[in-house]
Amino acid sequence: MNRVLTALLNGLAALGQGVLSAAAHTGQLTLFIRQLMGRLIPAWTRPKLIVQEIYAIGVLSLVIIVISGGFVGLVLGLQGFNILSKFNATESLGVMVALSLVRELGPVVTALLFAGRAGSAVTAEIALMKTTEQLAAMEMMAVDPLRRVIAPRFWGAVIAMPLLAGLFSLVGIAGGYFIGVVVLGVDAASYWGQIQQQMQPMDDVMNGVIKSLVFGVVIGLVAVFEGFNAEPTSLGISRATTRTVVLSSLLVLGLDFILTAWMFGA
Amino acid sequence: MNSFIQFEQMSFSRGRNLIFDRIDMAIPRGKITAIMGPSGTGKTTLLRLIGGQIKPKSGRVLVDGLDMGKASSQALLAMRRRLGMLFQNGALFTDLTAADNVAFPLREHTRLPPALIARIVALKLQAVGLLAAADQMPAALSGGMARRVALARALALDPELMLYDEPFTGQDPINVGVLLRLIASLNQALGLTSVLVSHDVAEVFAIADCVFVINEGRVVAKGSPDELRAQMPHVPFLRQFLEGAPDDNQSQASQQSANYLANALGLKPPSDKRSALRGTR
Repeated sequence: MNRVLTALLNGLAALGQGVLSAAAHTGQLTLFIRQLMGRLIPAWTRPKLIVQEIYAIGVLSLVIIVISGGFVGLVLGLQGFNILSKFNATESLGVMVALSLVRELGPVVTALLFAGRAGSAVTAEIALMKTTEQLAAMEMMAVDPLRRVIAPRFWGAVIAMPLLAGLFSLVGIAGGYFIGVVVLGVDAASYWGQIQQQMQPMDDVMNGVIKSLVFGVVIGLVAVFEGFNAEPTSLGISRATTRTVVLSSLLVLGLDFILTAWMFGA
Repeated sequence: MNSFIQFEQMSFSRGRNLIFDRIDMAIPRGKITAIMGPSGTGKTTLLRLIGGQIKPKSGRVLVDGLDMGKASSQALLAMRRRLGMLFQNGALFTDLTAADNVAFPLREHTRLPPALIARIVALKLQAVGLLAAADQMPAALSGGMARRVALARALALDPELMLYDEPFTGQDPINVGVLLRLIASLNQALGLTSVLVSHDVAEVFAIADCVFVINEGRVVAKGSPDELRAQMPHVPFLRQFLEGAPDDNQSQASQQSANYLANALGLKPPSDKRSALRGTR
């Protein structure tokens, strides 16, 4: 009986600790967002820093995005052809591939890859700067680290993410074209014509852009927050990096459902 | 005495751990002041309090009359431009060359043309004897060189106050000598006020004008190195700290462990320590 009571109390204590820790984390994040908001516009007084981050975060992610986009397009083309051929509708392959990519796979898969490639790198870099007292040194030199280091990286993620998602979709459509038209013999005019006819730039494309922008904000925010608040130890850096990838991936998938329901739901 | 920094009844705690308990200290202008004490007494915390990176729990930290705990962020930034700090590990920006590290505060705070910045950087690097290493990345520098580059960076904006956090830790004797000479000569040549946090007694006593010894949150001794030597017989902790003697409990415990080990290895412990060994059984 005593043992059961102890286990129960321990469970309750652990639950309480978890709730307290989550509340502290949320409070910390809210405070961080408030501080960051005040630096987002002033950060544009040094556009060169933001361009550097777009390069580090966006351009250096190009390889993984282009390769993944290509493979996803090839698979979509292959699967789509097999399904559509059962209904004698292979001329719709283009629009199927394009809509899947622009509406859904482009923003989501790019965001997941982006969180793993760029989000983790941003977190690790900031956390290491904190651990080696580079941020403290900046502060002692009367340079605001939030404005000099954090805000440009956040902007880098927000700007790079929609561009990468767009590129992912384009390469994917090209991949679908290759497998459908070049390999499997679908009519090229049908492939492109159906895309042109069925896709609504203001609906489909804009919704994809909005999704990728939201994902960029989320990944950028999680990455800089986790880096800035990492425990200044090697274990702290590794935990922060892992948290960035896990948290931003889950948030991307959760938000994708909410955004899809809002944009395309009944 | 004209003081640059004043701690007035200043207390600081981390969680329930009281780091400083109502300390009073006046750090004179234009001198080298050392703050000494055993590891973990909060010496680095003291430098962060001076820089306004953390705020005291009670009392005041005044830097040239400005209350660093209550100053607005604008006033704090303006004051920090007058300070230079040498961090324990140098804290160089790892993605910038040595020269770019030194140029960093100049590029951030001035609108000087690049050619003039390059000239100032060269002068600062020359002052620490590392002009030849200007294009090297921090990873390629030895620990001593990195610390000297960090010193050049801290001096880039010609500060009035220099804060040194454990500058001699982990340095070979030659580097210690170089750093000692640099700190003393820079202080004199540039008319700086220097605050040195360290537990290296011999090095600090060689250059400091004034020394504060802190232990368990309180200032236990202060004065010039000669005055501290004179106080040594009367203040047990000071004597122990300056002479590097372990305290009685530690001494007894280590003797007992040595005897126990000797016994386990089948060696014969010294005869006069046998009673101590018996005491452990």
